[in-house]
Amino acid sequence: MREMKFYGTPLPGVDVEPLSGKLIVVEGADGVGRSTHVALLRTWLESRGHAVLDTGMTRSVLAGRGIKEAKQGHTLGRLTMQLFYATDFADRLESQMLPALRAGFIVLTDRYIYSAIARAVVRGADAAWMRDIYGIALVPDAVFYLSIGSAEELVSRVLASGRGFDYWESGMDLYLGEDFYDSFVEYQTRMLREFDRMKGEYGFRIMDASRSINRVAADLRRGVARVIDEGRAADATTVQPLRIAAKPQPPKTEETSIKQA
Amino acid sequence: MIKYGHHRFPGKLFVVEGTDGSGKSTQLALLYQWLKAEGYPVFFSEWNSSPLVKDTTRRAKKRRLLTPATFSLLHATDFADRVERDIFPPLKAGAIVLADRYIYTAFARDVARGCDRAWVRQIYNFAVKPTVAFFFRAPLDVAVDRILSARPQLKYYEAGVDMNWADDPQESFTIFQGKILEEYDRMVEEFGLTVIDATRSIERQQREMREIVKRHLKKGRMIAAL
Repeated sequence: MREMKFYGTPLPGVDVEPLSGKLIVVEGADGVGRSTHVALLRTWLESRGHAVLDTGMTRSVLAGRGIKEAKQGHTLGRLTMQLFYATDFADRLESQMLPALRAGFIVLTDRYIYSAIARAVVRGADAAWMRDIYGIALVPDAVFYLSIGSAEELVSRVLASGRGFDYWESGMDLYLGEDFYDSFVEYQTRMLREFDRMKGEYGFRIMDASRSINRVAADLRRGVARVIDEGRAADATTVQPLRIAAKPQPPKTEETSIKQA
Repeated sequence: MIKYGHHRFPGKLFVVEGTDGSGKSTQLALLYQWLKAEGYPVFFSEWNSSPLVKDTTRRAKKRRLLTPATFSLLHATDFADRVERDIFPPLKAGAIVLADRYIYTAFARDVARGCDRAWVRQIYNFAVKPTVAFFFRAPLDVAVDRILSARPQLKYYEAGVDMNWADDPQESFTIFQGKILEEYDRMVEEFGLTVIDATRSIERQQREMREIVKRHLKKGRMIAAL
């Protein structure tokens, strides 16, 4: 169990209480493999007997549809877009993530506030403004950042996926280049720079995503297992505050989890 | 991003604020007619009017999906679209913009709903500081009577039923409006709102409003009146 902790101003009307679940974030640039890894983690966690909720941007009941529709048109302004995303986030936090965390679920989220902040800052929004708005966000138990060396590496993944370049993922609204390719490279380069700036402040656990899916997945499983086991060890000490409290010993379980991987 | 109080636009922005039933929309409509007749380029923008956000808000209210946080953020989204679409461009072009409800409505309502005062103000940081913000102040019983006599049934969020202050919607509405009025009163000094006594005759209020607006039109370099 851990205390509910917010980055800034807590959500209004929410009782601060210990949460028995774990909030685990998978962050990273477009095309870096986040959704693949979230899906793999989910299957693995469920096979280990954990209840899992996964969520991601624009998946709120409240604002998901509105955002998708707004992005189809050509009148969505930058401030409006950032606030629409914040609405979507707040709805998912209150109606999906928090209830699941109270019920002891492992909540896996594909992106969190960091992507939202990076996108906004790249579009000229004030970083402090974004941090204030997202002050209502719960501090997660861990943020796994899938890191990649350059925007060019992302390009090859976008091509390999067969879905091609997306208007927003290419930052076409920013007029950064002549075509989708030029714009994508420039936009993603700026996004990577923003993530890089945030990694220290928000304690990203860096996962080198230029390796094979299997190797990244194994690392992620190990990392997630550690987060879950840390929680268990802490719980054990609250029940029985003996000498174990000094040093919880997770390496055994860690070994097992690697073998399972 | 340019913050509140730091925009330098040639246009003028006049906004009206006040509790429901204070008569502010009537006054703004009269001001609009007058400015038009005087030949000024005037644009009108009202609360909750963004075409991008409209459907989401309607659905959310119908299905009662909103909490104080999402109520606040969704209205901020709506407001941002108004600003980017209806307010910034005409102000940059040197026109007059009239806004029926502005950020102070959000500050009053959201704080009444339990949102943190500073947090709500930070969200709306991007808004332009109005040339004049009129606050039509009516005593609680007057405003509440005007609404209740005109409306057979109060809406769920309008009455603040989501806050569980009272079982009876009318009683809840009265409590809610009382909290809102309290927030407005505290904003008079904080934001320099211009208070208009909304218990006086419509004509008298309109005269006062035009007097004040006129002063700002003379001083500024507006697009020449036709």
